[in-house]
Amino acid sequence: MSRTVRLRIRRQDGPDAPSRWEEFAVPHYPHMNVITCLQEIQRNPVDAQGKATTPVVWDCNCLEEVCGACTMVINGRARQACSALVDDLPQPIVLEPLSKFPLIRDLMVDRTVMFENLKRIKGWVPIDGTYDLGPGPRLAEKRRQFGYRLSRCMTCGCCMEACPQVNRRTNFIGPAALAQALYFNISPIGRSLAEERLEAIMGDGGITECGNAQNCVKVCPKEVPLTTAIAKLNGDTTWYFLRNWFQR
Amino acid sequence: MQRQNVIVVGGGLAGLMAAVRIAEQNFHVDLFSLVPVRRSHSVCAQGGINAAVNTKGEGDSPWEHFDDTIYGGDFLANQTPVKRMCEAAPGIIYLFDRMGVMFNRTDEGLLDFRRFGGTKYHRTAFAGATTGQQLLYALDEQVRRYEAAGRVTKFEGWEFLSAIADDAGVCRGVVAADLVSGEVRAFPGRAVILATGGLGMIFGKSTNSVINTGAAAGSVYTQGARFANGEFIQVHPTAIPGPDKLRLMSESARGEGGRVWVPRNGERWYFLEEMYPAYGNLVPRDIASRAIFDVCVNQGLGVDGKNQVYLDLTHIPADELEVKLGGILEIYRKFMGDDPAKVPMKVFPAVHYSMGGLWVDYDQMTAIPGLFAAGECEYQYHGANRLGANSLLSCIYGGQVAGQKAMEWALDKAPDTDPTRHGELEATRQREFLDRIRSMDGDENPYVLHRELGEVMTENVTVVRHNDRLDATLERIAEFKERWTNLRPPDNGARANQSLHFARQLYYMLELAHVITLGARLRDESRGAHYKPEFPDRDDERFLKTTLAAYTADGPRIDYEDVDIQYIPPRPRKYDVDKKETMG
Ligand SMILES: Cc1cc2nc3c(=O)[nH]c(=O)nc-3n(C[C@H](O)[C@H](O)[C@H](O)COP(=O)(O)OP(=O)(O)OC[C@H]3O[C@@H](n4cnc5c(N)ncnc54)[C@H](O)[C@@H]3O)c2cc1C
Ligand code: SF4
Ligand code: SF4
Ligand code: FES
Repeated sequence: MSRTVRLRIRRQDGPDAPSRWEEFAVPHYPHMNVITCLQEIQRNPVDAQGKATTPVVWDCNCLEEVCGACTMVINGRARQACSALVDDLPQPIVLEPLSKFPLIRDLMVDRTVMFENLKRIKGWVPIDGTYDLGPGPRLAEKRRQFGYRLSRCMTCGCCMEACPQVNRRTNFIGPAALAQALYFNISPIGRSLAEERLEAIMGDGGITECGNAQNCVKVCPKEVPLTTAIAKLNGDTTWYFLRNWFQR
Repeated sequence: MQRQNVIVVGGGLAGLMAAVRIAEQNFHVDLFSLVPVRRSHSVCAQGGINAAVNTKGEGDSPWEHFDDTIYGGDFLANQTPVKRMCEAAPGIIYLFDRMGVMFNRTDEGLLDFRRFGGTKYHRTAFAGATTGQQLLYALDEQVRRYEAAGRVTKFEGWEFLSAIADDAGVCRGVVAADLVSGEVRAFPGRAVILATGGLGMIFGKSTNSVINTGAAAGSVYTQGARFANGEFIQVHPTAIPGPDKLRLMSESARGEGGRVWVPRNGERWYFLEEMYPAYGNLVPRDIASRAIFDVCVNQGLGVDGKNQVYLDLTHIPADELEVKLGGILEIYRKFMGDDPAKVPMKVFPAVHYSMGGLWVDYDQMTAIPGLFAAGECEYQYHGANRLGANSLLSCIYGGQVAGQKAMEWALDKAPDTDPTRHGELEATRQREFLDRIRSMDGDENPYVLHRELGEVMTENVTVVRHNDRLDATLERIAEFKERWTNLRPPDNGARANQSLHFARQLYYMLELAHVITLGARLRDESRGAHYKPEFPDRDDERFLKTTLAAYTADGPRIDYEDVDIQYIPPRPRKYDVDKKETMG
């Protein structure tokens, strides 16, 4: 018999429905990844016991680890399904939805909160308008390179899943949005809102919730310097707090 | 009084640019997207965006950019909008710089530019090798700013199904479906902009994202919008073959000095450099793809006897590669397990971009009044072949024009009659269509049918086209359409039913496959990406014309329209010699 890939997938029809496990065996071919397996199931929605089922529901788009859509928990670790190569994974490959976000169906979750957090930190550069106002400010290439590392965050949610402080009890904004706050605060024009951003992350659910567990930076697929960013912001907020305090 | 709003469908570069343009003028935008807009396909763009800023003392100018674009597109693009785009390009780069995009810099802290295909100038601004992501995020952030201010309402996870037309045939809004709950609803709008991106999924595997089915454009085509130049499909020369996707290795790899070769008689044969001494590895994509095809398929010289060639960066210092091309090196490492800084990459051509799309006038309005289009879903800027790094530009520029013109339409021309009744009729029609699919009881799986369509299209309607095979493909498409009526969608759940919506999208993919193939069959010449060995030359007499497809129940009706060539008279297109030598 030709080689197959075995999968165990946690399925759930909706947030209030019970969850169940289904097992699958799909044909193996070179360079396949977890999404290719799920696509095989779409074409032949039959479980490992030969029983008909429905295709698994999940999110994906780019298939090259840049859109952030396909994050799920694979063999216990949050990561992108498109870049999870089957040949590197022990089998059965166990797939579960992210646990820190509301479930929609099967492996699909609702990560709206991450985009809302970007609103909270005023994650934008307040330009005057989109008409032609001539060149922007100069920027040293070295500074640019640090900014670029922060700007590659694809809101995938891996860091939120890994962070012990992101949970139902705290309303911690999480590492991704914090790093974005720094990104805009070091941008030549974006920094004009720096103090408002610091205010936003100093309150309830803000930067002080971070217990410096360092989990986030280890799982980030884009190597965003999360803990460096958080440390820098910690300094900035302290300084900002003291300055305000002295000016009272 | 009806609410003052414009509906924008699509949150890639084109849609978001249009939305910002409208919102900054205090007008309301309702923004629809299949995915959270920050995950739109534009995020994939790697290499960069063109603008003749001429910071390298090379004497570049918007006119040179214009000429390269028209010449690269084999004179099929209307020249007026292309000229305007090239003139606007420097201002667009500055705008994104001001929005905070982390473009690479020179030692002096100025914007850096690199080379791309089909030009001799350093004209391409870039942010590492993830330029599309950086540009998209900048616009996403501006839209979020207006969302927070209450001027943009987002409908993410909603699928546009069709346009609402009133008795006079004017577009009055859209019907959309919530992809989680399944709810289908009519949304009135004073004007509508479609910015729904490309259609690579019609070819099964491509460099595109999985949501790029072209279904939205296909749907309005069946409602009376025209589809122009459908047969012009760009096949990118360098992608990594894969079982699920053909992952692009950007032209910027060659722009930074990458070389293409195959082993021949124990030596390295740099065939592009030999065949095209004037442009070398940076010939336009149609030319490079045909050369690679010829070397692998006809001459049997592919690496390891397979359809693949080397794309070699190993002679470039590793730290320089990291700063300028890091994003694509990472893709190659993660998906192939090899390091391109150490071993040459193995690549082959892949379907990449549709030059064709919805026909629009110079105000970006489609053949349906009140319905505008911008971005890859329309046809305006690239003629028979797109130059690298011109798409991000055309998306942004087209988005600006569409935003402005749609707003003007909404203020001055949109009818004031109540569109509610037409909206309800259209919503009912769409609910019935979905119900019809849901209750289908045949034996075809939509995903299997889609794979077959992709294989047939890739085999017959890409780099080399023959009339007999195109005829056979038209027959296959008719057969696929028949089989579509015999589907059995594999899921009948109500919530987040992805296969139901995919089956619906497949219907429109088949319609557009028909348009693409028939257009190719009828165009008996070779021009840009459209190449027929039986008709190897460009035939300006018969075919210096835009192809226009109109929907009928029996298949597309094809007409032709003259091309605007008022600035640059057509001349032969040759990349073995310098451009000046072709100017006579
Ligand atoms: C791998 C790759 C690399 C590229 N690199 C470059 C480059 O370096 N330079 C360059 O110039 N070009 C490049 N291109 C081309 C360029 O990226 C695309 O042409 C461009 O991003 C298209 O943008 P868009 O705004 O038209 O559409 P997209 O970014 O595809 O956005 C389409 C939007 O429409 C929405 N949508 C679609 N259908 C519906 C529907 N029915 N209902 C609701 N919403 C819908 C989607 O959700 C999405 O938000 C590249 C392309 C690829 C594939
Ligand atoms: S360092 Fe902070 S943000 Fe990162 S995982 Fe730990 S607690 Fe969470
Ligand atoms: S910081 Fe990294 S892990 Fe967190 S959302 Fe962004 S890309 Fe994902
Ligand atoms: S599909 Fe985009 S990150 Fe995996």
